[in-house]
Amino acid sequence: MAKARNTLLISLIIPVLFVILWWYCAQRVDNSIILPQVSEVSSLLIRPMDNLISMGSLLSNILVSLIRVLTGYIIAVLLAIPMGILMGYYSTMFTLFNNFLGLFRPIPPLAWVPLVLAWFGVASFATLSGIEQGQLYTWLSSLKLSMVFIIFIGAFFPILTSTIYGVRSVNKTLVDSALVLGADSRKIFSKILLPAAAPSIVNGMRTGLGVAWMCLVSAEMLPGSISGVGYLITHAYTIAHTEIVIAGMISIGVVGAVLDLMFRIFENRKFKWQRLAR
Amino acid sequence: MREDIIVINQVGKTFITEKGANIPALQEFSLKIKENDFICLVGPSGCGKSTLLRMMAGLEPVVLGQILYRGYEVLKPDKRIGMVFQEYSLLPWRTVLDNVGLGLELAGTPIRHCRETAIKYLELVGLEKFSGAYPYELSGGMRQRVAIARALANDPDILLMDEPFGALDAHTRILLQKELLKIWEANRKTIVFVTHSVDEAIYLADHIIVMTAGPGRIKERIDVNMPRPRDRANPVYGKLSSRILDMLEEEVVSSQEAVTPKTYHFPGRVTARS
Ligand SMILES: Nc1ncnc2c1ncn2[C@@H]1O[C@H](COP(=O)(O)OP(=O)(O)OP(=O)(O)O)[C@@H](O)[C@H]1O
Ligand SMILES: [Mg+2]
Repeated sequence: MAKARNTLLISLIIPVLFVILWWYCAQRVDNSIILPQVSEVSSLLIRPMDNLISMGSLLSNILVSLIRVLTGYIIAVLLAIPMGILMGYYSTMFTLFNNFLGLFRPIPPLAWVPLVLAWFGVASFATLSGIEQGQLYTWLSSLKLSMVFIIFIGAFFPILTSTIYGVRSVNKTLVDSALVLGADSRKIFSKILLPAAAPSIVNGMRTGLGVAWMCLVSAEMLPGSISGVGYLITHAYTIAHTEIVIAGMISIGVVGAVLDLMFRIFENRKFKWQRLAR
Repeated sequence: MREDIIVINQVGKTFITEKGANIPALQEFSLKIKENDFICLVGPSGCGKSTLLRMMAGLEPVVLGQILYRGYEVLKPDKRIGMVFQEYSLLPWRTVLDNVGLGLELAGTPIRHCRETAIKYLELVGLEKFSGAYPYELSGGMRQRVAIARALANDPDILLMDEPFGALDAHTRILLQKELLKIWEANRKTIVFVTHSVDEAIYLADHIIVMTAGPGRIKERIDVNMPRPRDRANPVYGKLSSRILDMLEEEVVSSQEAVTPKTYHFPGRVTARS
C-alpha cells in the first residue's frame, strides 16, 4: 500500500510542477490570448457539459471525435489483421503486397488530404446509407468519409506491420505440432497463429489507436466538419479563445492516455503467458 | 505375422539453401517398420534423422522415393501418425489440460469431453495435479511429459519422437524412459524414436538403426534381444553400447576426412559438401 502511494506521489511531482510553471508564466504574460490562466482552462474542464461558443459542449465534441476515430480504427483493424496474418504466414502473399504497401507506409496521413477531398468531398456515412433525416442522420452526417479515411490510414500500417511481425515470429514447432494433431489451415489460423501472434497484434492495435487519435485534429480540420475536438480547437483559435484551445488539447491528451491505459491493462491481464514464458 | 505399418522405400532428400547450395540430407533410405515395434534411430548430427521423421509425419514432402503408411502414401500430416518434438511444442497460452486436449479439440470434440480425455492422459504421465498450470510453470521434464500425453490423447497408431528427452538431465531422462516403456507396453503403439544417446537407444529399442553421416543411409540395423526392463549393468548392454559408439565414431571421422578445406564453407547454418 505504502509503495503504491509513493509511486502515485512520485508520478505526480512533474505534472504539479508543470502546472505551477504554467500558472507563474500566465501571471507574468498576463495576456489570455497568448497564455490563458490555469483557472480559465480548468473551469472549462470542470464543467465539460457547458455549451462553448455555440459549438456544443466539450464532452459532446469529444464523443463525436471518438466515434469518428473508432469508425476509422475498426475498419483498419478488420482489414489489417487478416491481411497481416496472410502476409505473415504465406511468403508469396508477403512478396505480393509488401513492396506495394511499403510505398504507402511512409506517406503521412495528412498528405492524403487533398486526394481524399477530391474523392469523397463532403460525403458522409449518411450519404452512403441513404438516411436523410432524424437523430441517426445527424450522427451519420458528422461521420465524413474523408475523415474516416485519414484515420483509417493512420491506424492501418502500425496494425499491419505488427501483425506480420507477430505471425512471422510464431515458433514453427507450434504450427507443426498442430498439423500433426490434425489441424487444417483454418484451425492453424484460429488456434495457433492468431493466439500466438495476439500480443504483437494487440500491441500494434494500441499503437494504431494512438496514431488514429493523433490524426484526429488534421481530419477534423477538413471542410465539412462542424464538430469534434479538432474542429473545436481550430475554430476557437480563429476567434482567439486560447483557453478553449488548451482545454481541447488537454482533453485529447487525456482521452488518448485513457485509451492507451485500457489497452495496457488488457495486455497485462491477457498476455501474462508471454511475459512469463521461457 | 505382424503387419508392416511403415514402409520407407528408397527415400532421398536434398535441401537447397537460400544461397543455392545443395545439402544432401538423406540418400536411398529404405526401412520397414512392423506394428508394435520400438525403433530407435541413432546417427551423427546432421545425418537426416529429423528430416526422415518429418517426412514420415507428412510435414516435409517426399520427393524422391516413397513412404507408405499401412500401404498408403504419406502426403500430408495425419492424426494417426503422432509426433513429439524436442522442445517448445506446447502452446504457452493454454493450460496443460487444454494443451493435452488440443488434438481432440481440433477434431471438433466438445470441450468437456476433450478435458475428460485429457485428464486421463495426464494421469498416465503423472501430471493430473498440474492440469490447470501453464507450460511456463513446468520444468522441462514435465513439459515433455505433457507433450507425450498430448500426442497419446489423439490415440495415434504410430508415435514419432524426435529427441524428446534431449534437453533433459540424466536422471529425469532415465525416469521418463521407464515411463515411456510402461506406456508403450500398455498401449502397444509403434514408436520411432530419434536419439543422440546410445544408452537410451539400447534401453528402449527392439531395433536400433545406425545411420551414416549425412547424407544419411542405414549403416547397420541392430536387434536388441535383451529382456525388459533392461539392466545397464548387463555386460551385453555395455558391449552393444561400445559397438555402436565405435560405428558412430567411424562415421564422424570419415565424414570429417571427406571435407577438404577447398569445399568446406558455411552456407547459412549448414555445412555443405560438394
Ligand atoms: N529446412 C532446411 N533447409 C536446408 N537444409 C536443411 C533443412 N533442414 C535440414 N537441413 C539440413 O539437412 C541435413 C539433415 O538435417 P536433420 O535436421 O535431419 O539432421 P539430424 O540428423 O536431425 O541432426 P541432429 O541430430 O543434429 O538433430 C543437415 O545438413 C541440415 O543442415
Ligand atoms: Mg534432429
